[in-house]
Amino acid sequence: MLVRFTLEGQGGDGGCTGQVCRNLRGGAWKQKRNMERVIPGRLSRWPFSGIALLVSGCHPAHWPVLDPAGPVGLGERNLILVVIGLMLLVVIPVFVMTFWFAWRYRASNRQAVYAPDWDDSSVLSLLFWLVPGTLVAILGGIAWFSSHSLSPYESVDTAVEPLTIQVVALDWKWLFIYPGQHIASVNRVVLPVGVPVDFRITSDTVMNAFFIPRLGGQIYAMAGMETQLHLLADQSGTWYGENTQYSGRGFPYQHFEAVALPDSDFATWVKTVQDRHHPLDTSSYARLARPSVRNAVVEYSPVKPQLFEDVMSKYVHVGAATIGTTPR
Amino acid sequence: MFDHWLGQLTINAIPYDNPIIMSAAAFMALVTLLVVGAVTFYGKWTWLWREWLTSLDHKRIGSMYVILAMVMLLRGFVDAVMMRVQQAMAAGADPGYLPPHHFDQIFSAHGTIMIVFMAMPFLTGLINVVVPQQIGARDVAFPFMNAVSLWLTVASAMLILLSLVVGTFSRAGWTGYPPYSELQYDPGVGVDYWILPLVISGAGTTMTGINFIVTILRKRAPGMTLMRMPLFTWSALCTSVLIVLAFPALTVVTVLLGLDRYAGMHFFTNGQGGNMMNYANLFWIWGHPEVYIVILPAFGVFSEVISTFSGKRLFGYRMMVYALAVIALLSFTVWLHHFFTMGAGANVNAFFGITTMLIAIPTGVKVFHWLFTMYRGRIRFTAPMLFSVGFIPVFAIGGMTGVVLAEPPADFMMHNSEFLVAHFHNMLIPGALFGYLAGYMYWFPKAFGFRLNDRWGCIAFWNWLIGFLLAFMPLYLLGFMGMPRRLEHYGNPAWQPYLVVAAVGVVFIAFGILSLIVQLLVSIRHTRENRDLSGDPWNGRTLEWATASPPAPYNFAVPPVVTGIDAFALMKQAGTAYLRPASYEAIVLPRNSAAGFVMGGIAFGFGFAVIWHIWWAAIAAALGILAAVIVRTWRDDQDYTLPAAEVERLEDTRFAYLESVPEAALENGDTLDNQPLLQV
Repeated sequence: MLVRFTLEGQGGDGGCTGQVCRNLRGGAWKQKRNMERVIPGRLSRWPFSGIALLVSGCHPAHWPVLDPAGPVGLGERNLILVVIGLMLLVVIPVFVMTFWFAWRYRASNRQAVYAPDWDDSSVLSLLFWLVPGTLVAILGGIAWFSSHSLSPYESVDTAVEPLTIQVVALDWKWLFIYPGQHIASVNRVVLPVGVPVDFRITSDTVMNAFFIPRLGGQIYAMAGMETQLHLLADQSGTWYGENTQYSGRGFPYQHFEAVALPDSDFATWVKTVQDRHHPLDTSSYARLARPSVRNAVVEYSPVKPQLFEDVMSKYVHVGAATIGTTPR
Repeated sequence: MFDHWLGQLTINAIPYDNPIIMSAAAFMALVTLLVVGAVTFYGKWTWLWREWLTSLDHKRIGSMYVILAMVMLLRGFVDAVMMRVQQAMAAGADPGYLPPHHFDQIFSAHGTIMIVFMAMPFLTGLINVVVPQQIGARDVAFPFMNAVSLWLTVASAMLILLSLVVGTFSRAGWTGYPPYSELQYDPGVGVDYWILPLVISGAGTTMTGINFIVTILRKRAPGMTLMRMPLFTWSALCTSVLIVLAFPALTVVTVLLGLDRYAGMHFFTNGQGGNMMNYANLFWIWGHPEVYIVILPAFGVFSEVISTFSGKRLFGYRMMVYALAVIALLSFTVWLHHFFTMGAGANVNAFFGITTMLIAIPTGVKVFHWLFTMYRGRIRFTAPMLFSVGFIPVFAIGGMTGVVLAEPPADFMMHNSEFLVAHFHNMLIPGALFGYLAGYMYWFPKAFGFRLNDRWGCIAFWNWLIGFLLAFMPLYLLGFMGMPRRLEHYGNPAWQPYLVVAAVGVVFIAFGILSLIVQLLVSIRHTRENRDLSGDPWNGRTLEWATASPPAPYNFAVPPVVTGIDAFALMKQAGTAYLRPASYEAIVLPRNSAAGFVMGGIAFGFGFAVIWHIWWAAIAAALGILAAVIVRTWRDDQDYTLPAAEVERLEDTRFAYLESVPEAALENGDTLDNQPLLQV
């Protein structure tokens, strides 16, 4: 389906004209910096576009939870499917029994046995506690082990050196700081494929939740505190990222792009951004932090060192216990 | 304080420029005028005051609770329709029909209304009408406190309704999470319109909890041991214990948030020592038991209805009681599952995930017991029974998705998504609401003396069931598509078809609600044909069916003697159900009191004054409530005695009705299996 764009914010393409950015512009969704799409017609033509949408809706890209692009998302998806499968062992018999008993023991069916005073059976009672009990014991074990292996604070297990990206939730956009590379970007996070990413997340506004559905589960972003999320992209692509915790007027527009590039392309992108001079210092950050919606993707370089820590420390009460990393 | 007598209230508080709100306001005004006009036209003001507004009778109070719940169901439903239509439209370039940022008030109002002002009054109303009769008592332990609870709840509901027209409502969701709900990000009256009704109605509900614990433990008829009580009474007891233990947490957390907003404190603010995580913990320590408060009475209704309409004893009485108690206990051990994504760490998350799944065990036990109550029964598919049978499989789906969410890493994917919205509506609608509607139709003849039209009840059921499935099953799928909740607009067009299906579902639910209204009107029109003469229209098994329909003010002229579970069924079998006693004694009953109604009115004023910072009025109102309590307490003549002759006269009327019912029908209930149930 054809998608048309209007660019807002700082005019044109945000100053990015190199090959990498041209590649980004030609990404999987044909998306540009903001997510505005034009749907042919409104409700008057929706039956046709509705059918087309339903068909196109079967595209795996529309089902991020079921089509993960990384091991964390894969683990979470498999967990969901396993739990559904196990629970169906109870749900399906319940359905069967409901329909069967309702039909067979309807009052007009005089052939069925009527036992008005039969109200107890030790065997059945035992079964009724044992079946759910066993299921819950299994699911409980799964809960214990998966909570540890898929913990957002647990680094993804590879030999590769992780990349740290600091995330600041703002009204109503996302700032991504690459402390090791001294660059930052707004509303787009670029990741290297196959490299574990160590997200450190905070907020400079109300509670938000940082979520890239195709890569793995979310975590809250809270002012004065740092939460962590460890993800890894094992394929390249451009995906949708969002805030799931209602944060006000601009909440519906608070989504971002997550782009995974092969290692060399990622390095090229970093270099391109570094070569440009568009500093993120105290004053430009203050301008950025002002409430706004539908921000265009903007990249910064160099970034004031310790900017992330400064944002957090604004909210730390002098004399209170340290609010730094939240416990594992 | 003195330079602005009206606090922050100005004429601009009324959104004249918003046609949607103004039409809603006009509609509410019209309905109010119609009701007032009708009462005046029929000359019923004295009757209304004497028989209802100042009554301390638990049956009247309970009925008024249910009426409040029905009214708020309509208001909450309109919110739902607005949301579904907006989301069905607002894809891509289309901003939808709502003014920007209005959607946020709607979802906040919808949640608050449905949980606190629809579900709570509905269950409190059913418990009020039924439990004293089920235990063979004459009234609750504290009838005046009962009335105060009612009127505080009504006052809070009126504040919520007013928030639509004067000022704005909160945009912070029904959960009111800070820092968004703090003054820094939400300086208007919205969040205050959320805090005050919760504090005021919370006080009322806490008193209800106390009232029913004492009533159930101290007012049972002779012979009714705890293990002979009906299941609905057991569920009421467990619910009341949950209320008393959980509601203080809500009062505390809303007051603390209020202190942040009014007194510049920093319990939950960003910075200055505030910690939003404390709010989440305190809120959900109430919030999770709250959803069990909402579901347990529905479970109680299902136990009664399924047993009665299967013509069979409830399977596994003991186990059902234990399951209720275990659910109630465990409900305090799971609250963290509402914020697995707040970063508590794997050990803590896993612990709470496991406890959450543990609750599925006694719940599963209850589902199997209901099914095996139907097994080898003789099932009559009345509307209450349809709701109960429909509940079982659909609720099981909700239970399954609940277990999915209980696994912390799965929750990381699904938290705050439409999957979550689908899950909790799956528990609340087929679970709680179907239970309340079944209870409403089941006990209506007892409360008002005539049956509701069963055919329209069945039509309502099918519309509700189909509507629910269409409205919420797509939302599960949207969760897998990555759609978060609370979106007034979205960019991904792939989500739209599912939201359109959901909007169609809401149309069916609208027909369901319409059917309920038609049912009531048709039944009122045909009262005579539907009259419940014996007091036992369903061949019931529990003591409330032993009284007249509607019962005399004292319920039982002579306290019944209970010999086992399903006391009334035993009495019918032994032939002792309708025996005339040798003599009657005088009965002491509470006099009517205007103090409850007055306190409610003043509480409304108090809430309004605090919301708008009209401090002199707030202080005056607080003193007024205190004065009302003192005046009430000082009254010496709080009771009156119904002389034995009057009791005999009322009982004679009862027996006259009984004589007009055929003998066979008395023993097996008015409705034999092969008699048509519907009366048109």
